Amino acid sequence: MEGVKAALRSAAALATGKAITLFARFVTAPRALWQGIEPTYAQRVYFANHSSNGDFVLIWTVLPAALRARTRPVAALDYWLKSPLRAFIGREVFNAVLIDRRPEERTEDPVAQMAAALDEGSSLILFPEGGRNSGETPLLPFKSGLYHLARMRPNVDLVPVWISNLNHVMPKGKVVPVPLICTLTFGAALRLDPNESKEAFLARASSSLLALSGEAA
Amino acid sequence: MNGAPHLLLLLGGVACILVLATLIGQVLRARLDPQGTDPVIENLNARIAAWWGMVALLSVAFIAGRGGVILLFALLSFAALREFLSLTAKHAADHWSLAAGFFVILPLQYWLIWLDWYGLYSVFVPVYAFLLLPVVSALHGNTKHFLIRVAETQWALMICVFCISHVPALLTLQIPGFEGRNVMLIAWLIFVVQLSDVLQYVWGKLIGRRKVAPNLSPSKTWEGLVGGALSATLIGASLWWMTPFTLTQAAGMCLVITLMGFFGGLVMSAIKRDKGVKDWGHLIAGHGGFIDRLDSVIFAAPIFFHLTRYWYSAV
Repeated sequence: MEGVKAALRSAAALATGKAITLFARFVTAPRALWQGIEPTYAQRVYFANHSSNGDFVLIWTVLPAALRARTRPVAALDYWLKSPLRAFIGREVFNAVLIDRRPEERTEDPVAQMAAALDEGSSLILFPEGGRNSGETPLLPFKSGLYHLARMRPNVDLVPVWISNLNHVMPKGKVVPVPLICTLTFGAALRLDPNESKEAFLARASSSLLALSGEAA
Repeated sequence: MNGAPHLLLLLGGVACILVLATLIGQVLRARLDPQGTDPVIENLNARIAAWWGMVALLSVAFIAGRGGVILLFALLSFAALREFLSLTAKHAADHWSLAAGFFVILPLQYWLIWLDWYGLYSVFVPVYAFLLLPVVSALHGNTKHFLIRVAETQWALMICVFCISHVPALLTLQIPGFEGRNVMLIAWLIFVVQLSDVLQYVWGKLIGRRKVAPNLSPSKTWEGLVGGALSATLIGASLWWMTPFTLTQAAGMCLVITLMGFFGGLVMSAIKRDKGVKDWGHLIAGHGGFIDRLDSVIFAAPIFFHLTRYWYSAV
């Protein structure tokens, strides 16, 4: 009985995942430009700009199926555990690494959670800005999580991914999406240099991401 | 749809052309480019493959009847509008007017065509959407680049919804002696316009030298235009017996729609240049986006519709 239930749950998760990617394709016809790196299997941390809740769905959608199956988004626990449906989508469909954004309440260190997911062989999708950017600046200052992760697991490729137009598709607080074409540009991988300071590394990661937007000066 | 015998003939003819084109493409690849590295030959073959898909899709819609044709062009409008509005100026204040463009204006326009409400579908976008959508944007308060934003949105709706919807609108015309065969108007229009595009490309590649608009498009030449428009007119006119027109009238119609098609390509190229893109999209392999393939139909369809309606329709 338990086995049947589990099989049903995973079938439902698979179908929901398929439905979500189909919907994402219908709305935004996402296009992946593999500019600095090929879509081959390698363990990676994809880090991207964050302007909408659809961000990781789009990265997830354009990844080839074999890569997608082993890629987990890093997402906020408080958002994804709010309702049973969200919890199902977050946990079962996307297999998200759920981290607690509230330092005073959390029991697990987010960076340790991410490192553990990497140790299991997964790739990660990470939004180093920490929250959604709804302002006019193209990119908010990075939080330090990316640096700490890079220091703990220095042999994993960090791949910048610039997502264009999604802020117009689904601005914060809107429920109806405007169907516009989104482009995802995958840049060349970077790693932490042994002697690099936190500030220098975060600045380098941030500018490598911004360079993909075509808006950098 | 009783245009069946003529429709089958035309589709059969198109299939023969595509078989021939496929053979030529494969021979060219085998002879000149066995490695598959020549971009011109690869693009040619990708285009031919996409043509098979487009003709198949159109055939399915024709078989499905009026509803199928209206649905197909509504979906094409959707894809085109998505491409166009991806490039236009916008602000978060426009969110609801843009969403309304996709989810209210577009379906309503095609619903009006389904109802055959000529009096409303011919003014709905140019009058009602034109006046009301900017109100939605204005109510959200942001005035930066306001005129540019609303003007570009209106342009997108005119091109992608209003103009494209005039293709299925051809089904609503009532032409004495042509009852039940209106689908042939669509098939013939699209055939002539696209044939003209292809022949302009072929003539241009073979003997094209003098550019029509070097700033806009390096591939549009006078030789291509004249050769393509004339040969497409010749072929289109020779099919006059499928249409409600006489031989001379069909030739005149062909000239008008091939020229409008050419102008469509020119204007849409100017917009692409302005926005700094090479293609409107990426979803049709070898061709680019939906607007890249539809630009000539977009400009030809409303004019063809009104000429036919004015001179041949009973109502």
